[in-house]
Amino acid sequence: MNESTNHYHHTAKLQSSGHAMTAMSRQQELIVEGAGCASCVGKIESALKQVPGVENAEMNFADRTVTVSGSAGCNALIKAVEQVGYNARAMEEGSEDSALEQREKAEWAYYKRLIREMAIALLLGVPLMIYSIVVGEMTVTTNTERIAWLLVGFLTLGVMVFSGKHFYVGAWQSFKNHSANMDTLIALGTGTAWIYSMVVVFFPGVVPEMARHVYFEATAMIIGLIDLGLALELKARGRTSEAIKRLIGLQAKTARVVRDNKELDIAIAQVLLNDIVRVRPGEKFPVDGEVVEGHTAVDESMLTGEPMPVEKAVGDEVVTGTLNKSGSILFKATRVGKDTALAQIINMVKRAQNSKPPIGRLATPMSVMVGVGKAAEAGVLIRNGEALQTASKITAMILDKTGTITLGSPKVTDIVLAGAGSEDGVLQLAASLESGSEHPLAMAIVELAQERGLQPDKVTNFNAIAGHGVEGEAGGQNLLFGNEKLMHERNIEIGSLVDKAQQLAAEAKTPMYFAVNAHLAAIIAVADPIKEDSIEAIKRLQGNGIRVVMLTGDNRATAQAVADQAGISEYFAEVLPEDKANKVAELQMEDEIVGMTGDGINDAPALAMANVGFAIGTGTDVAIESADITLMRGSLHGLADAIAVSKATLRNIKQNLFGAFIYNVAGVPFAAGVLYPFFGLLLSPVIAGAAMAFLSLTVVTNANRLRLFKAQEH
Amino acid sequence: MFLVNLSGIALIALIIWWFWLYKPKDVALDDAAVVIVVENGTYQPAHIKLAANKAAVLHFLRKDASPCSEMLLLPDLDISESLPLNKPWSISLPPLERGEYGFHCQMQMYKGVLKVE
Repeated sequence: MNESTNHYHHTAKLQSSGHAMTAMSRQQELIVEGAGCASCVGKIESALKQVPGVENAEMNFADRTVTVSGSAGCNALIKAVEQVGYNARAMEEGSEDSALEQREKAEWAYYKRLIREMAIALLLGVPLMIYSIVVGEMTVTTNTERIAWLLVGFLTLGVMVFSGKHFYVGAWQSFKNHSANMDTLIALGTGTAWIYSMVVVFFPGVVPEMARHVYFEATAMIIGLIDLGLALELKARGRTSEAIKRLIGLQAKTARVVRDNKELDIAIAQVLLNDIVRVRPGEKFPVDGEVVEGHTAVDESMLTGEPMPVEKAVGDEVVTGTLNKSGSILFKATRVGKDTALAQIINMVKRAQNSKPPIGRLATPMSVMVGVGKAAEAGVLIRNGEALQTASKITAMILDKTGTITLGSPKVTDIVLAGAGSEDGVLQLAASLESGSEHPLAMAIVELAQERGLQPDKVTNFNAIAGHGVEGEAGGQNLLFGNEKLMHERNIEIGSLVDKAQQLAAEAKTPMYFAVNAHLAAIIAVADPIKEDSIEAIKRLQGNGIRVVMLTGDNRATAQAVADQAGISEYFAEVLPEDKANKVAELQMEDEIVGMTGDGINDAPALAMANVGFAIGTGTDVAIESADITLMRGSLHGLADAIAVSKATLRNIKQNLFGAFIYNVAGVPFAAGVLYPFFGLLLSPVIAGAAMAFLSLTVVTNANRLRLFKAQEH
Repeated sequence: MFLVNLSGIALIALIIWWFWLYKPKDVALDDAAVVIVVENGTYQPAHIKLAANKAAVLHFLRKDASPCSEMLLLPDLDISESLPLNKPWSISLPPLERGEYGFHCQMQMYKGVLKVE
């Protein structure tokens, strides 16, 4: 704390900007120490430019860094800066990781110092306190007592200097600034006690005999206890950043890039956009990108909370920090550095952790930090304290149907065979026919065949019959796929399965007929199915007394069917995208606090209109900017989790506010002597000091208790 | 007795003047060299003068390890930044309208104000 203002201490990094430049020319960053004025900039820049090989030097005064490009060596640059009277050093790898480490180191050192100071203060304070309790009043009457107390007085002064210096310095600084703070109170209280006691020791005559007490124990105890409180707070605060630490820990340190047909390991800071990166099984993805070769399964649970590995093939997106499970793949870097989804998530969680909910300015930051971190662990990104607070009060939740309640892409739900033959056999033939089609329903069939490992045959004479279906030949058979009308036109007997088809239609599925050699082979039904856990998640919301309403652009029949399956009694059907926000407003008119959940793209106006907008991220494309709360995995359980976390956090904040309130409301009158006329009780300042340490302890402990919060298992 | 009371009243008046009535000297931000040092429970300087409708950059240097001082909040501008220890840190401000914008640490133990004129 005593370093002079003009000297900056940092670690630093040598950043080489990689292969974009020639081998010799590169960019280096230096940290300059001792540059205290803007005029130094020109001096340093021109000194650097005179170094042979330097093409350009630009100093950022704010950062006290210089960026030098050219082929000059680092040592020559440092020397040049030193010659004009400043200190310079190369910048080290300044990743989030090391910044955090540094911070922890600094906090740990501060913590140790506080503990040491506390111990010294209490070493004197506690025996004095015990003495005062055992012996009673610490009076000064005899000369021996005077000498003894004088000695104690100097010891106390030692404690004040060693353990309490920061209070006095802070109080003085604050006083000079025409303001008062906690340090002022402590300095004033302990200082007055000490000065008064010393007056009693030196000039007992100036105070009335009944007031000749010394209060050295109060001075030592108060300093010790408040140091203890500060230390406890620091310690507990360190633990609240665990969520951030965990996220930062996901970041790989190096990446294996392919440049000039060679694979080389480089620091992730040096990965450039469009670099081709190799990731082997068991390694983490170092940056965001798109798979260009190979296929694999990726564990994205660290970001999304989704435990099942996700299949990735050419064209799929991969995200920083996720774990490659099975295959070795190559991908193209599409987002690096601060732009990766992980970096943005870290940034957002950090910001949210330090924002305040409107509820209170006191005793809340700890709870918010823990709450937001806890939510992040469950795959729920909360944008700020306000969203956290409002989420706890939601009374109605609007859910978009497609992509929110349902998967958002059609899947084959039923294959009903008309006669003999196997399901796989029929599917293989249907997939052969449909492999030429781009229709979403066709793609669902082809996808299912792939999942089952069925190889489609080559199709000949393929013909798309607009609005009806497709036909073609494969494996020597005539294939026809389409709707009821097409079957009638071709005189294919479907009588046996018409009832079944109608039943499927009533379940919000799309039944299609498949005929082989002019005989009906099967009905294949395709639908956008409800996500496996949507029903349960919706039940959880309803169980919390939240009115759940579904919103969809689909027709009434489909909406009804999906709502029935999902256990939702209220829905808005045939809503145009631009009307979604109006529906949110309608519910708000009914005095509901409305949460809106959508995929964050065409739902943006509705998300903004809602009291709390929830965006469903797919884990990769995080719609961070459009929503108050982002669910990183697709599951709607995130909604109930978010609400549960926010309720727990708000409850915690209220407990803390209550604690602080009671402490002040009860403590201040006590201290003012309210009880003195009745019971002769006065509140010793030592008790106040202890209460303060205790309050810090309860607040931080209570906030840390939130860490035990667990998102419901599902 | 009279003297004691009188000096008491004088002291109270002095306190009121010192803490409430005194108009602190503002430090203008025209000079890029202004670094706001966060140390010993205060921002130094704590009263910063800025020109209206002009983007500006605040330079901070935090030397205080106490937990509160870590965060710098500018609630009116929705700015919340964590200041690294013993490392200069810059915060860019958008062009601001006339008025006073308070900044403080997380628990408001450190306070300062931007005066935009």
